[in-house]
Amino acid sequence: MKSLAALFGAIGGWAIAFIARLGSAFLFLLRALLGAARSLPRFSLIIEQLYALGVLTLLIIMVSGLFVGMVLGLQGYYQLVNFSAESSLGLVVALFLVRELGPVLGALLFAGRAGSALTAEIGLMKATEQLAAMEMMAVDPMARVIGPRFVAGLIAMPLLAAILSAVGVLGGYLIGHGQFGVDPGVYWSSMQNGVDLVDDVLNGVIKSVVFGFIITWLALFEGYDAVPTSEGVSRATTRTVVSSSLAVLGGDYILTALMFGGL
Amino acid sequence: MQRTSTEIWVGIFILLGLAALTMLAVQVSNAGGGGGNTFRVTAHFSNVGGLNEKAPVMIGGVRVGRVGDITIDRESYEAVVGMDIDARYDNLPADTSAAILTAGLLGAQFIGLLPGADDFYLEEGDRVEITQSAIQLESLISQFMFSQGEGKEQ
Repeated sequence: MKSLAALFGAIGGWAIAFIARLGSAFLFLLRALLGAARSLPRFSLIIEQLYALGVLTLLIIMVSGLFVGMVLGLQGYYQLVNFSAESSLGLVVALFLVRELGPVLGALLFAGRAGSALTAEIGLMKATEQLAAMEMMAVDPMARVIGPRFVAGLIAMPLLAAILSAVGVLGGYLIGHGQFGVDPGVYWSSMQNGVDLVDDVLNGVIKSVVFGFIITWLALFEGYDAVPTSEGVSRATTRTVVSSSLAVLGGDYILTALMFGGL
Repeated sequence: MQRTSTEIWVGIFILLGLAALTMLAVQVSNAGGGGGNTFRVTAHFSNVGGLNEKAPVMIGGVRVGRVGDITIDRESYEAVVGMDIDARYDNLPADTSAAILTAGLLGAQFIGLLPGADDFYLEEGDRVEITQSAIQLESLISQFMFSQGEGKEQ
């Protein structure tokens, strides 16, 4: 009887803690959005964060995009040549990149490279009581620290995803034309015939904006909510990467079903 | 100096991102192909086979438009295909015929237009009267098999 009560207690405690955390994440989101709106006039702060989140992530995004495009070119060609359909190589590479890999892979890299850095930075600020010090000086950390990072994440993510897709398409061209001799005109025209501006490109951009929102929100919240010890910050950083990666992959399924499911 | 170099890098990043978006819009997708500068022509088919929306409409292998929508006529139960033809091809004769063709043996289906010789041109909302439905490979095969079988008995 006693162990049964303990079991119920454990489940109930876990559920309450979970819901409380969910609630504080949403409250944090509201305050972060307010802070983001208030940080807009101070654009130099946003530019600093664009450098940290965007420019420093640029290299890994471009290198990944190039190799992903080249692999798509190789694999696509090996399969398509069986049906003598290598003229569709450009279409295959572009659809893969624009619809899925650009936003999703870009988001996973962004979570690993920029999201973790955000959490560690905010968590360390909290651990060293910099956030508390700001409040003491009547500076709102939501407007000064969280807001600019939020805006920068929202701007950087779609640009990074677009760069990944564009570099990937070029990588596919490099393999398709350079190695296998697919006609350049055929490569680009099959792409232009099959890829739709609204259905494919715009939906890909919408996806990447949503992913940028999710990752930046989770990363900032984990940092802000971290236990202010070195162990707590390291845990929060890990949680950011794990939970935002899972959120991106799950969210991608839902978005894909909504966008391309004929709804 | 530190801040200016930061700003330069951010500027490069933003321009790169916008250039990538422009490239996706212009070079990768069919931007401008489906704009407002088209006119809608309909055609009735008894069977459209595997024709899809957005399938190309071609004249002599050149794409002149896209299939806009495929619906069913409430009276005749025929399939009604709406085709969005580029406005620059506004000189199609009114007795142009439409056929649903297949690219290759098993490829994607598209609509082939065969221009007639009428003095009047097709305009917005007109109907292409002469149509040829999609060839259904399975009915063709079954016809062939049955005719072979009948031939042996006689």
